[in-house]
Amino acid sequence: MLEFNASTVAFVVMTLFILGGALGVVTTRNLIHATLYLILSLFGVAGYFVLLSAPFLAAVQVLVYIGAIAILIVFAVMLTRSMTRMSEILNGQWLLSAIVGAGLFLLLVIGVILPTWGNGGLLDATVSAPSQVVIDTVDLGKALVDRNGFVLPFEVASLLLTAAMIGAIVIARDDTE
Amino acid sequence: MDTVCSINNLARCLVEGGFSPDLANLLTLLGGVVLVATIPLVTVIFLIWIERKVAARVQDRLGPNRVGPVGLLQTVADALKMLTKEDITPTGADKFIYNLAPVIAFATVILMWAVVPFTPLHIGADVGIGVLYFMAVASIGTVKIMVAGWSSNNKYALLGAFRTIAQLLSYEVPLVLSLLIPVMLAGTMSLQGITEAQGGMWYLFIAPVAAFLFYVANLAETGRAPFDLLEAESEIIAGYNIEYSGFKWGMFMASEFLHAFTAALFFAIIFMGGWWGPFVQEVPLLGALYLVGKTAIVYVFGLVLRATVPRVRIDQLMALNWKFLVPLAIANVLVIAFLIQVLKALGLMPVPGADIIAHLPMTVVMLLGNLVIIAVAMQVLRNQGREEKMAQEARMAARQQRVVKEVRTPAGAPVGD
Repeated sequence: MLEFNASTVAFVVMTLFILGGALGVVTTRNLIHATLYLILSLFGVAGYFVLLSAPFLAAVQVLVYIGAIAILIVFAVMLTRSMTRMSEILNGQWLLSAIVGAGLFLLLVIGVILPTWGNGGLLDATVSAPSQVVIDTVDLGKALVDRNGFVLPFEVASLLLTAAMIGAIVIARDDTE
Repeated sequence: MDTVCSINNLARCLVEGGFSPDLANLLTLLGGVVLVATIPLVTVIFLIWIERKVAARVQDRLGPNRVGPVGLLQTVADALKMLTKEDITPTGADKFIYNLAPVIAFATVILMWAVVPFTPLHIGADVGIGVLYFMAVASIGTVKIMVAGWSSNNKYALLGAFRTIAQLLSYEVPLVLSLLIPVMLAGTMSLQGITEAQGGMWYLFIAPVAAFLFYVANLAETGRAPFDLLEAESEIIAGYNIEYSGFKWGMFMASEFLHAFTAALFFAIIFMGGWWGPFVQEVPLLGALYLVGKTAIVYVFGLVLRATVPRVRIDQLMALNWKFLVPLAIANVLVIAFLIQVLKALGLMPVPGADIIAHLPMTVVMLLGNLVIIAVAMQVLRNQGREEKMAQEARMAARQQRVVKEVRTPAGAPVGD
């Protein structure tokens, strides 16, 4: 089913990055190491986007997520007492979170596998060829501002971000002035 | 097989030689990567030499002149010396990360070269998102500083890293906003596309404000004077890389020089027409020469600037960015976008590939628009300066009065009746 070629190898490597990095984030006792593992994981996601011929999303992934890791480290340094040897478990509901996480993952796996490989799935009827439509950044931009596209969610999201920013400024501002 | 195997048809040669197409492609790509990555590595040796020469000339000295002709081999000697130095890892340092940071530092800079269009035909990878790629790779640079500063287990390194992060993240905003202008004008984010679109007129003349913003933001991003707070020798000894020695320190230094040069290179590509020049269509390889020449002009200008101006304080740096550069950049984007639409409506927008005459009306309109922005910015600055001056004078007057009062009522004497 899977052909062995360069992109398969890249896919496997990226998957190892994502899963290994994610595992590292939650298991390490060192907050700085955790953020670095997070970089690895996010980088793997960017690699996925490249493999899916979405270089714009890959670049945005790196710019927005990995670029913000430095901020995350700053927060880790400022807001925690001992970053390198976390001895206490800060999250009292870790068992619940683990169960919920595993459940969601299971749901996702089923959601992907059933429509593709299940009875009457995509692969059952015909071996679907990869889509030949090339979507470039111009199409993405047009879809974001097109009346029939995603202009409403796009505007709502930007409004939300603006509100969040104004809220942050109001909270951080000194009242005495 | 009728052709001789060369770098141009390497992949086909390998396939004919018995490799699978995928493997052949991969090997060819790897060869290209090594080729593109080697150019900056060699360049950096000369960058350090020219930096020292220019700084020396500004300070009325000769600069390096003993090793090799006009001191050209000085950097080689320095690099050899650096290799023999003791490699110290501080106690309590996070060893793996500590060793990783210089590698990230160098890799992020070299990665930028992947999208550089050297000539009309030669480019590492003509990705459709070249400009965004440049920004994304540059943003990884902040991670290296934080990692280096933290893993050194040194207070000064951490403090230096903190304020550097503040600087780099802040100046990313005007950098991105200034890059929007060439992207809007060219209608593409590909660096090759942006270069090609400048055949009639450089964007330096069409959008001088954007060019200025890009240049200043890049000075701050690369940590060059007057924004060299990354390495403020007189304040925090050396900043984030204080604990590094020997070859690892050398990697930080080399990556810094190379980053400044790469920024100049991108300025030449995005605002000065990249490889465009006389006869470049007939002899594409000339383009690389033009590109290097333009980059050298921008770079040497930066060197003279570095040797001339003093360093700004961190609060001045932040105020300059958030109170002046960011509003200016936003206003610039709005005005230019409006002008482009007006020009399109009037039919004055030149078709792609038009010559310089066809570009003139558009350039004049754009220049006028830019002049308006500059005039308004100057007026705002003047008003701010006046207000600040008046506030200072008021403070001085108040202090004067206080001093006079204290003289009249000496300490210890009962105040009032």
